[in-house]
Amino acid sequence: MNHDVFMAGFGGQGVLLMGNLLAYATLIEGNNASYFPAYGVEKRGGAATCTVVMADGAVGSPVVGEPEAALLLNPLSMEKYYTKVRSGGFVLINSSLVEDDGSSRADVDKLLIPANAMALEIGNARLVNMIALGAYVQYSKVVSFTALQQALKEVLPERNHRFLPMNHQALEAGAAFCREQLG
Amino acid sequence: MTKRLFVKGNEAVAMGALEAGCRYYFGYPITPQSDVPEYIARHLPALGGQFIQAESEIASINMLLGAAACGARAMTSSSSPGISLKQEGISYMAGSECPGLIVNVCRSGPGLGGIDASQADYFQAVKGGGHGGYHIIVLAPDSVQEMYDLAMLAFDLSDRYRIPAMLLADAVIGQMKEGLVAHKYVPPADLAEKTWALTEKCNSGKRKVVKSLRLGDGEMEAHNNNLHARYAEMAQREVRYEGLHLDDAELVLTAFGSCARIAKTALRLAREQGMKVGMLRPVTLFPFPAAPLREHCATARKVLCFELNNGQMVDDVRLALPDKEVAFYGRAPGAGSLPTPEEFLAQIRTHYEA
Repeated sequence: MNHDVFMAGFGGQGVLLMGNLLAYATLIEGNNASYFPAYGVEKRGGAATCTVVMADGAVGSPVVGEPEAALLLNPLSMEKYYTKVRSGGFVLINSSLVEDDGSSRADVDKLLIPANAMALEIGNARLVNMIALGAYVQYSKVVSFTALQQALKEVLPERNHRFLPMNHQALEAGAAFCREQLG
Repeated sequence: MTKRLFVKGNEAVAMGALEAGCRYYFGYPITPQSDVPEYIARHLPALGGQFIQAESEIASINMLLGAAACGARAMTSSSSPGISLKQEGISYMAGSECPGLIVNVCRSGPGLGGIDASQADYFQAVKGGGHGGYHIIVLAPDSVQEMYDLAMLAFDLSDRYRIPAMLLADAVIGQMKEGLVAHKYVPPADLAEKTWALTEKCNSGKRKVVKSLRLGDGEMEAHNNNLHARYAEMAQREVRYEGLHLDDAELVLTAFGSCARIAKTALRLAREQGMKVGMLRPVTLFPFPAAPLREHCATARKVLCFELNNGQMVDDVRLALPDKEVAFYGRAPGAGSLPTPEEFLAQIRTHYEA
């Protein structure tokens, strides 16, 4: 197994947490993963990106030029990274914020998901990342949802464990949406 | 299966150092290594150690010199411009034969530089960054696990030879998170007690002096000869490297640290495409694995050296292989423009087919 995914959005959307969880879930399942955040002059609302590489053997490059999958949560990410996704790859587009429907490319699988609207429906605008992650994991099957839930529990401090059900619900909502759209 | 932690490279180097018995840290914050002092500041007091954020880089390296002279396992960490400031102190440590760990999570470019990953400090690290014709031990981790493991090795080598040791990393290795097996530190059996150190055990009536000033007739020459004899001994005994697919390689890649990680994926892709390519990754940059390079490249047609700079380690590769064609590809990356495995693969193909 060799998989990689690039995630991008703006600060506050939980892009880095999403990457952390995925990489940690990969470790829980006994495989290897690297999580590499883009590192810059950080500010609220600024760009936030990370790359997760997963492998059953040694992880080689934590840096990927043409990712196999990309989760693009805001218009700027769509503009900058949509063309970089590998041909035959997968792109998740947060259609609540991104107007571009990705029709300029026919060589990638697309999932247009209204993640912000769905998050509000569940009851918290900050669940956008969990919805996107749930959809990606449903599509790619790179890790199990059990591992993802365990990772979430270990990453969140105990005092925040009351938010776990809501996060599980968001992961499941993303997964369900992906099943409906892409079968 | 052993429980794996999921931590940053910068945290791993701090964890490895503390596990190896480091109880004194002196430093001054600078991106992209500030997680190192942050971790140590949080954990060292509980271990009975001392964390000091000094007033400057220069103060911190001289505190390290002092702690080392007293026989303690001690360290500092910084990034390129900060390491430049420390060079005078590192030269004094080398001259005074004081062991200690210096971590450089390298920045890019001269002056204040950028915070992106870069290997621009190779020359400074391996050729003796300060004055006086000395060398220090230089180790180049290429993973979070090696940040931990090599921190321990750095202390052991440094103590064994009484030569300061540097871990040379960058923002990729420092900021990346991976799985880490945090194992127990086991001191090597041959590590001698530091009878030379300025400790309270000095009750033999014999005077102990730790110094770099040597004015006696022939004293400095003998001292230099002695240091260089130890460098030669290290080249015999302490070289470490990783070899991949070297047995049938027609093209041998060389790369260290973060760049080696990118090259490893390019190597896998090249092998999948049927190219007989191998790789030798120096783990010790000083002593440089010149002898293993000669041995493993004997039947290769060509060597291709990748670096995240404009060509530094390639000089040492060429010195090791005077009769071999050694090509170079590398660049000093800027914001968001790290070389990719695809980019390296294109270079491999060009050189493989040429």
